[in-house]
Amino acid sequence: MKKLVLGVLVLAIAFSLAAPLAAQAKKPLKIAFVYIGPPGDMGWTYEQDRGRLAAVQHFGNKIETKYIENVPEGPDAERVIRQYAAAGFDMIFTTSFGYMDPTLAVAKDFPKVIFEHCSGYKTAPNMATYFGRIEEARYLTGIIAGRMTKSNIIGYAAAFPIPEVVRGINGFTLGVKSVNPKAQVRVVWTNTWYDPVKEREAAVALLDSGADIIAQHQDTTEPQKAAQERGKYSIGYDSDMGKFVGDSVLASAVWEWSTYYIDTIQKALDGTWKTHEYWGGLKDNVVKLSSLSPKVPASVVAEVEAAKKKILDGWSIFSGPIKDQSGKVVYAAGQVVPDDKQLSMDWFVEGVVGKVQ
Amino acid sequence: MRIVFEKRKSRARGILFAVPALSFMISMLLSGIVLLIAGANPFETFASMASGAFGSSNGFSETLVKTIPLALTGLAVALAFKLRFWNIGAEGQLVLGGIASSWVALFLGPSLPEPLVLPLCIAAGFAAGALWAGIPGLLKTRLSVDETLVTLMLNYVAILFAEYLYYGPWRDPKGYGFPGSAPFIEAAWLPRIFGRAHAGIWFIPVIALLFWVLLRRTRWGFELSIIGASPRAARYQGIAVQRNILLAVLLSGAIAGLAGACEVTGISHRLQQGLNLGYGFTAIIIAWMSQLNPLAIPFVALLMGGILVGGDQVQMMMGLPSAMGTVMQGLILFPMLAGSLFTEYRIRVLSGKAKKSKVACVEGEA
Repeated sequence: MKKLVLGVLVLAIAFSLAAPLAAQAKKPLKIAFVYIGPPGDMGWTYEQDRGRLAAVQHFGNKIETKYIENVPEGPDAERVIRQYAAAGFDMIFTTSFGYMDPTLAVAKDFPKVIFEHCSGYKTAPNMATYFGRIEEARYLTGIIAGRMTKSNIIGYAAAFPIPEVVRGINGFTLGVKSVNPKAQVRVVWTNTWYDPVKEREAAVALLDSGADIIAQHQDTTEPQKAAQERGKYSIGYDSDMGKFVGDSVLASAVWEWSTYYIDTIQKALDGTWKTHEYWGGLKDNVVKLSSLSPKVPASVVAEVEAAKKKILDGWSIFSGPIKDQSGKVVYAAGQVVPDDKQLSMDWFVEGVVGKVQ
Repeated sequence: MRIVFEKRKSRARGILFAVPALSFMISMLLSGIVLLIAGANPFETFASMASGAFGSSNGFSETLVKTIPLALTGLAVALAFKLRFWNIGAEGQLVLGGIASSWVALFLGPSLPEPLVLPLCIAAGFAAGALWAGIPGLLKTRLSVDETLVTLMLNYVAILFAEYLYYGPWRDPKGYGFPGSAPFIEAAWLPRIFGRAHAGIWFIPVIALLFWVLLRRTRWGFELSIIGASPRAARYQGIAVQRNILLAVLLSGAIAGLAGACEVTGISHRLQQGLNLGYGFTAIIIAWMSQLNPLAIPFVALLMGGILVGGDQVQMMMGLPSAMGTVMQGLILFPMLAGSLFTEYRIRVLSGKAKKSKVACVEGEA
């Protein structure tokens, strides 16, 4: 007992002597990023970190950035965000859906700190939300998948049954159906963002059920690799996964955060930052279609280019007529799914096999 | 020549101080070397860890947030360990306590008088933890089923049950499909003291003191000590061994369940992922480092909480990979644990001719 009290005392003394050393100069804008996975995931966090690095390169010593990786969604996230805020950071980016409530809780306690939460729907005077219409890029990849499938079964390893993921599945399926009405998209949920083993298993299960193309919403390249090992094609997400996996990845729907990050950090530097809800699309360059695999025939490339031009010209991929899974027309011709209905989307379009659980 | 460990007959006061101090220095040295290899300045890193965990009221409150479940589960397993009942299941008991507490908060809370909600949440956690520990307790005392395996496996049952609930029937209908129950009504929130540190902290001194008084000052505690030292001797003395073991195990589970109730009512205010962060396993280390002394456990838990919170600083402020934080935690703990061996035993170097009979070998736990 005594030795432990003493041990604790020794620690406390050692720590208190050492503490002042940690103080740091505080001139540049201090920015922290909270990541759900490691930057080496080759997916979501990889692209987030590329965005951060682009900002560092752009602003040089005007900003100073730190990041923390592998932060689980839940009570621990609030601690991490709070620690950054209390340590004097001026701006904190929290880059996963499940950080929304923790970010809001900390934002209320630190009104002078700017918070930017990615992919949610809650805001505060000092907390903005930002995201992109990745489903526009997914629609284009859907065209490729719809043209290239032979079994007419496309597998989709899906993350969580939240609107973001549902929108992506619907956008992708609408793309598939636009060129191949006979194809179906089979959904398997993993309830993970970054779990290489589970995500591979989901892809394998889909391949076993007859899928010959695998698409995904998680942050690893494992589903892509699983498809490749079976000699099948896949559709990547987050980053240009073809670079890491090979030509079996026909195309990827890709995030490009640099423009948005540089823009919003500039506003913070200028003192003109205001809370906002940013939701950019293909035309804003926040989402992109990767370069296509050489396996995609020229005729399909032309179809993709035509659809891309249509989207860039302002056409919404969620334009009617859109049917739900029961075949009922939910949005008639001439109607477009309004943004708020897209943001809360909890139903699948016709052609998706699976349930929003 | 042979090197042997010999049990100390009496513990010198100097050793009690020197060993942890030396262990701590070895910890710092080892982690310093690893940090140097990783290209970081060890002093800066230690300073950052210390200031992160203890250097500000916010950091300290976060350390306390970790200390609460660590100390409670530490006390829980220590109580069972005193009787040589190897309760590896504090994690599951904590989770089940959290589930029961959430059930009260979500489904009974809205229709109960407000002042009753929180006490009932806590009581439900307490009862559910006892229930969960009661399964291996009964199996052990009635059927002699090995408790190590049962308590370990029941952890996963409890964790998966919680997942089933917040992915399935309890999922917040307004949560846009994201896993997690609806938030609790405010009447079910444990009041906060400062930062996120909540009133659950008061359970620590109360339980630690009761535990100490029970062991040192009551007849029942005396019986428990005898059972722990030698069940056979206890039986010859007419002590109801099985019944006492079962009672202590129920209490152990209840304290772990209480930790779970504190987590959901004090921190997350809903049932969601992040309840099972391994507190129940770290508790085992805490109990051993404290040598099952209930008055030492809160302090060791505080140290451990500081290491957990400070460990994050390694990547938050120093920009080192997250694995480095975990490595540092291990490097700090390992010599501290190893050091406790040397307070119990001393090393002797024997020449080849020494008689073997004089040497007591190290057995079982140190």
